[in-house]
Amino acid sequence: MDVKKTVLGALLIGFASIFIIPALPAMAASDNNQYQHAERLYDTYCTQCHGVNRDGNGINSTNMSVQPRDHSDPKGMGDIPNSEIAEVIKKGGLAANKSVLMPAWGDILNDEEIKELTAYLRHVCQCGSDQ
Amino acid sequence: MKRQIFIAASISLFTTATPVLAEDGDSILNSKCSGCHALTKPDDLSLDRLWERKGPDLFYAGDKFNKPWLVQWLQAPVPIRPAGEFYRKYVKPGEKSDIIDSSKLKPHPKLSQSEAEVVADTLMTLTDSSNLIEKGKFKGEKVSASMGRMFFTKLRGCAACHSDSPGKGGLSAPELYTAGSRLQPDYIYSYTKHPQKIDPAVWMPRLELSEQDLQRLTGYIVQLDAGRD
Repeated sequence: MDVKKTVLGALLIGFASIFIIPALPAMAASDNNQYQHAERLYDTYCTQCHGVNRDGNGINSTNMSVQPRDHSDPKGMGDIPNSEIAEVIKKGGLAANKSVLMPAWGDILNDEEIKELTAYLRHVCQCGSDQ
Repeated sequence: MKRQIFIAASISLFTTATPVLAEDGDSILNSKCSGCHALTKPDDLSLDRLWERKGPDLFYAGDKFNKPWLVQWLQAPVPIRPAGEFYRKYVKPGEKSDIIDSSKLKPHPKLSQSEAEVVADTLMTLTDSSNLIEKGKFKGEKVSASMGRMFFTKLRGCAACHSDSPGKGGLSAPELYTAGSRLQPDYIYSYTKHPQKIDPAVWMPRLELSEQDLQRLTGYIVQLDAGRD
């Protein structure tokens, strides 16, 4: 009986290693592909202040009077509705009574890209009721 | 034997003493510069190309630079962009904030004086025909340094990305404390007004600036350099 269980266990592990485990990176990749364009936009325009790790610690952050928002923080990001996130990206911090240091990107990013970035920020923080 | 040494020495002297001909500016640019800089307007000015390019575009250099600065800088280049061109490829997470990965930054090649002079001459002939720069827009009025600085730092937020003195200000964009000798005032005005008109995918935001803002910021940047203020 024990031998049977061992054999069955070994077969299951073998099955997993052949079919399931190799599929995991592919699943992760397809998940990332959904945000590929938004990620590139973020890396180009946002990381200078919000950081490579999306944590508000960009290369410019040490000289700024107001710390850029930590996009990886579910607590700080969770209460902000998508509409406000999109509004701030498009019209800048002043549009939501936030810092002038967050500029308006509406001349550079189109509405679809702003929508993609908003969804990407939800993905980064893994938070928000309307994610 | 003595005769052979004399001939060899003469050839060597002749080779090193021969001045670089004016028409060599083109060939130097093509052989030494075109690998990193666009000398003619590329068809592709997309975001993907921004990630691939290795140096700033030079196809409108004649609208951008001041020639004396070019001649000097090409002989003794010092970094203008603290985090390279473009910043995202040269920064990495640090202990408290992102830091510049200086191991990735390569020094700009140096040119000899004669090379720098002919290259600067040729660069000044590279102008874009599509009126990227609004000529004659900067009025040249003197700006109060304290007022200019207040706009540059607090009110318009330029200092978040640019430094107006060594060690002060952001790092993702070119330093501006030498911009007065480096750049033509009308270029500063036009670029500040609409960065993407000149460099379509660039990471500088387009701010809503009034005509007074543009004059004030341009004047402040022009005055920063060489004790002009």
